[in-house]
Amino acid sequence: MKEGTTHVESLDPQHELQIADPSGLEIPQEAYPTARRMTLNMGPQHPSTHGVLRVVLELDGETILSARPEIGYLHTGIEKQFEVKNYAQGIPLTDRVDYLSNLGNNLGYALAVERLLQLEIPPMAQWMRVLLCELSRVSSHLTWLGTHALDLGAMSVYFYCFREREEILKIFEMFSGQRMMTSYIRIGGLALEPPRGWQKVVGNVIGRLAKGIDEYHNLLSGNPIFVDRTKGVGGLPVEVLLDLGVTGPMLRAAGVNNDARKDEPYSSYEKFDFEVPTRTENDVYARYEVRMEEMRQSLRIVKQALDGMPPGAWRADAPHVLLPDREKMKTQMESLIYHFKIVTEGFRVPEGSVYQITESPRGELGFYVVSDGTAKPHRVFMRTPSFGNLQALGAMLEGVPIADSIAIMGSMDFVLGDVDR
Amino acid sequence: MLPEAAAQNPTAVELEKAVPGAVVDFKTNLDGPALFVSGQSIVQVAKHLRDAAGFDRLSAITAVDWWPREPRFEIVYMLHSTNKNARLRVIVRAKESDAIESVSRIWRSANWCEREVFDLFGVQFFNHPNLERIMLPADWEGYPLRKDYPIHGYKYSYQDE
Repeated sequence: MKEGTTHVESLDPQHELQIADPSGLEIPQEAYPTARRMTLNMGPQHPSTHGVLRVVLELDGETILSARPEIGYLHTGIEKQFEVKNYAQGIPLTDRVDYLSNLGNNLGYALAVERLLQLEIPPMAQWMRVLLCELSRVSSHLTWLGTHALDLGAMSVYFYCFREREEILKIFEMFSGQRMMTSYIRIGGLALEPPRGWQKVVGNVIGRLAKGIDEYHNLLSGNPIFVDRTKGVGGLPVEVLLDLGVTGPMLRAAGVNNDARKDEPYSSYEKFDFEVPTRTENDVYARYEVRMEEMRQSLRIVKQALDGMPPGAWRADAPHVLLPDREKMKTQMESLIYHFKIVTEGFRVPEGSVYQITESPRGELGFYVVSDGTAKPHRVFMRTPSFGNLQALGAMLEGVPIADSIAIMGSMDFVLGDVDR
Repeated sequence: MLPEAAAQNPTAVELEKAVPGAVVDFKTNLDGPALFVSGQSIVQVAKHLRDAAGFDRLSAITAVDWWPREPRFEIVYMLHSTNKNARLRVIVRAKESDAIESVSRIWRSANWCEREVFDLFGVQFFNHPNLERIMLPADWEGYPLRKDYPIHGYKYSYQDE
């Protein structure tokens, strides 16, 4: 009998019937003793990938021999869309890249364009940007912590985290009218004047968050299941991490003190007093510790920004870039002309290119904006942290049990919108 | 020959000593210097910059399409030195028919970056371990980030509706 066919008993013994096997499987007999190897598709719809990531796992029993991440399921061509919109219209696109830290993305793009325009941003707007970016860092880390703990079987942490995150999103809604796609940081300043009474709301939330972080700490740090599943898991030598392009909390958990807020300060971060937490254990638990400490430091920055918020204008004095007040537009000829020009064709940006680095919650976020002197960018490239970090996944998963892959993937904190753009 | 503008930049001067004829142009941008190097020398340049100049990290690789100008592509390498806290942009100008040698043996993070540039711009890299499309499906037609690629793609057009 040929392989790949099933034998069907025929009524006529003279000729046997040969019917093709519908399953098409050909398993040679001698392979049975070692048939432990298999290829497993994790994703694109697997919940622990937090989005649409496909990882092709080569397994030997429970051990991963090799892992190949396949990305691109969320590719939306945002970089191409930038090229057909004017500069100001690019801001809402940046929101949709890393949808957990929208304000950080707004800021990176706005800073790059402002640098090309050589705009001076008033201190109040700069500090407000810092305050909001740090709140969005905390909200992003809370999302990470909740889902990471959920992956590892600690369900209640998720509810606690999202309870506090909702408070932060309410602040964003109060400022911009949107919970997530805020587009609040604009080229030249902020989108709107900060709402009345924001100081009180932010002050209350800082207190609640500080208490909340202690709660998560109590729930997880001494939890034997969480500790057993995270300690000593997912490490790679520091040189390999640097070589693979890993940045952010993952690199800091390996002992490299690299934070763009300290190294290349932007938006007056140099005026704030905060520390960059690092660990040397270089495992999933160290990344957890780094992010927890980062949240505390972020709250410190928010507190300083709240207490020392300088008075003054919330956007730059640049009539050729920013839309004039409604009142001025209706009464002054010049403002009307600027309004007409900005609305119909946008503003022109001098020729040149800028690579602006900011520190996103996930790592180094770079905006490379190339201008050819017109009102639309010639090219906008986003160096997104998740894309760089995800490249290390294959190396990290080699030789670990499949259950650890969930902990490792969770500790990387990637956002697939950020990877695929 | 080192271009005049580059004579002030120590990195460029040292690079010219190590790899003669590599630096073809130099530009000072608002945020730092950009070295233009020749396409043939990119791997030697990368090796020198990593080992001697201390640029241990490759932040990103991207491309800019200047079509219809020739050579149309600028391949941009964003380098970062974590020890010196310095950044440098290395740019290679390339024609559509040019193939650039891959730097993925110098910095492993170049692997995906070069795949992305290949996928979206159609720039060929040789000696690359796995040069396949990364964002788009394998059977995609054309290279979307080229300037002569319409925003709605080749398949659909707004006029049809």
